[in-house]
Amino acid sequence: MKTERKVLSVVVLNEDGVLSRISGLFAGRGYNIDTLTVAPVPNTNLSRLSIVTSGNTRVLEQIVKQLHKLIPTYKVIESNQFVEKEMALIKIPLNEDFNGLDAMLKAYNGTVANSGDDFIVIMVADDANRIENFLKAVKKYNPIDIVRSGSVAMDI
Amino acid sequence: MELNGSQMVIEALRRENVSVVFGYPGGAIMNVYDEVYKQNHFEHILTRHEQAAIHAADGYARCSGKVGVAFVTSGPGFTNAVTGIATAYMDSIPMVVISGQVPISMIGTDAFQEIDAVGISRPCVKHNYLVKDIKDLPRILKEAFYIARSGRPGPVHVDLPKDISAQIGKFEYPESITMQTYKPTYKGNVRQIKKAIDAIAESKRPVLYIGGGAISSGASESIQEFARITGIPAVETLMARGVMGDDNPLNFKMLGMHGSYAANMSMSEADLMISFGPRFDDRVTGKLSEFAKHAQIIHVDIDPSSIGKIVSVDFPIVGDLKNVVEAMIPLAKEKINPEKYKSWRDLLNRYNEIHPLKYEDSDTVLKPQWVIQRVGQTLGDKAFITTDVGQHQMWAAQFYPFSFPRQWVTSGGLGTMGFGLPAAMGVKRAFPDKISINFTGDGSIMMNIQELMTAVEFDMPVINIILNNQYLGMVRQWQTFFYDKRYSSTDINMQPDFVKLAESFGGVGYRVKTKEEFDKALKDAIESKKVALIDVNIDRLENVLPMVPAGGTLYNMMLEYKE
Repeated sequence: MKTERKVLSVVVLNEDGVLSRISGLFAGRGYNIDTLTVAPVPNTNLSRLSIVTSGNTRVLEQIVKQLHKLIPTYKVIESNQFVEKEMALIKIPLNEDFNGLDAMLKAYNGTVANSGDDFIVIMVADDANRIENFLKAVKKYNPIDIVRSGSVAMDI
Repeated sequence: MELNGSQMVIEALRRENVSVVFGYPGGAIMNVYDEVYKQNHFEHILTRHEQAAIHAADGYARCSGKVGVAFVTSGPGFTNAVTGIATAYMDSIPMVVISGQVPISMIGTDAFQEIDAVGISRPCVKHNYLVKDIKDLPRILKEAFYIARSGRPGPVHVDLPKDISAQIGKFEYPESITMQTYKPTYKGNVRQIKKAIDAIAESKRPVLYIGGGAISSGASESIQEFARITGIPAVETLMARGVMGDDNPLNFKMLGMHGSYAANMSMSEADLMISFGPRFDDRVTGKLSEFAKHAQIIHVDIDPSSIGKIVSVDFPIVGDLKNVVEAMIPLAKEKINPEKYKSWRDLLNRYNEIHPLKYEDSDTVLKPQWVIQRVGQTLGDKAFITTDVGQHQMWAAQFYPFSFPRQWVTSGGLGTMGFGLPAAMGVKRAFPDKISINFTGDGSIMMNIQELMTAVEFDMPVINIILNNQYLGMVRQWQTFFYDKRYSSTDINMQPDFVKLAESFGGVGYRVKTKEEFDKALKDAIESKKVALIDVNIDRLENVLPMVPAGGTLYNMMLEYKE
């Protein structure tokens, strides 16, 4: 069976230990977590996790069912129609030639987030695969550090 | 009502109609034990090891269908309990385990007898709680019982810090409960049920594959009725022994690694498998790609994640088994003619005649199968049967004549040696007027032998029948078959004097080498109303057969072993 990538949006009770239940489920049953982000849902007792995972059809089906089975799980959204965005922060030394960087940032919803005496930090927010492309392109500026957020997803 | 945390525990147990708690005290749970001392709503049985407390609560739950309850302390008290909790989890047994914990202010400091208990129990419980605020305790206790017994049952663990068990708070115990995030499905989808019935009506060789869900949902009578109406033959998993009743001509008994020839062939030749609450365990299916190859699959289960986990299912039905089978019965009456399956039943009966479950009896040495059959003839439905794990367990599953659900109490999924004696104590507490037999091995009995003391002290006269071959017999059997008889660490002929051992605990002991001695010992043990150990010397090299080697195919059983 073919391995596929899948984005899940999981709404859970925002209570102690809920993240360990989810990550423990993935670890214990041998499922992959490619990325995982968590934050509270405003004005509720809930949290939303965006999980990017991969596996064959049966594994992906089991992941959804096993997530449902956890007592604090409110719902598991597995729509194919997600707006999916990821953010990356990239630290670049100031001695680089920034020729073309501005145009690249524009193309990837990017901006300069901060700067120091000898570096700047740029940020971009885009689809996961476009972030991938950006990180390839930005290599020519010899980044010192790269931090990715993992995907956040909203079903539409 | 204002109560302290420990009083809340007692009061919650009273409202849940708990009549017995098994447990073992210690520093972090002393507040609770102080309230245990003052109350008279339930009996507390002090085991001699925490693992046994959990198994006893488990045995109590399995035979009665009620929620088993156990108390343990923090740290080692809790870690000792883990094997018991995992045993209950694997077999979906309803249980609430309350453990003490160090005070909240000390959590995370590696305090004396501190361990991250909820971290350890998480993968082997249905749900768990660390109580951090006295305000939450009544709700948590209510939820714990509700979660344990509803849906697919399972153990729930509540970790109670010592300061919380002393704090005073308002006690309002909800009468009923609805949870925002937990709503098991009980009623099966009507359209799916109709489709399943149509598939059955079209099938030529259907078979009922009955699992442990039939016991937990109380579906036994409904399933018997369904089988009677449709004339469809049935097979049972280890966990489902007792559902159909062994005198039922439609019951082809246990399938799987040590299943009967007819049961395993029925799966291999069926064109439709009607799965009532099993979970397609590897000990049942053998090699998956060959398992029920020609069959379409109907799977009824209350746990959606159980459906499609191991095999692809053609007709999934999520719901309570009893509920679903009852909905199937009127449709089946309309659409299914039991005559249609006569030749199929005849074929399976032929298989049974050609290759029945059998053994060669001997005049010189006792055969374990004879012992089990003999107890079956003597006690039948008067006894509950508990086992430990290994050869004796399989022989008991094969040769005891089961007649009602919950008569059979065994650790199936986890396969926990040491389960039998404490579980049999739980059985005796639930049914004091019935006989509680524990078939055990000379390996297993040593794993919780200290519980003889508990059984004697609390007057739980369990009869332990040790099928003693001076081997860790099941491992020895695999070594014989698959490891060229290299008996690595399985010869345990160094043994205590079990008769003296039983006597030293205040029980009675018997050493048995012949059939006459066995009959006499069993009769005497029953009449004595004492905790008994019957040490039965059996054929050292007897094997459990038939056997489907791990990863083998069900239609290719080893029916006998020749050197």
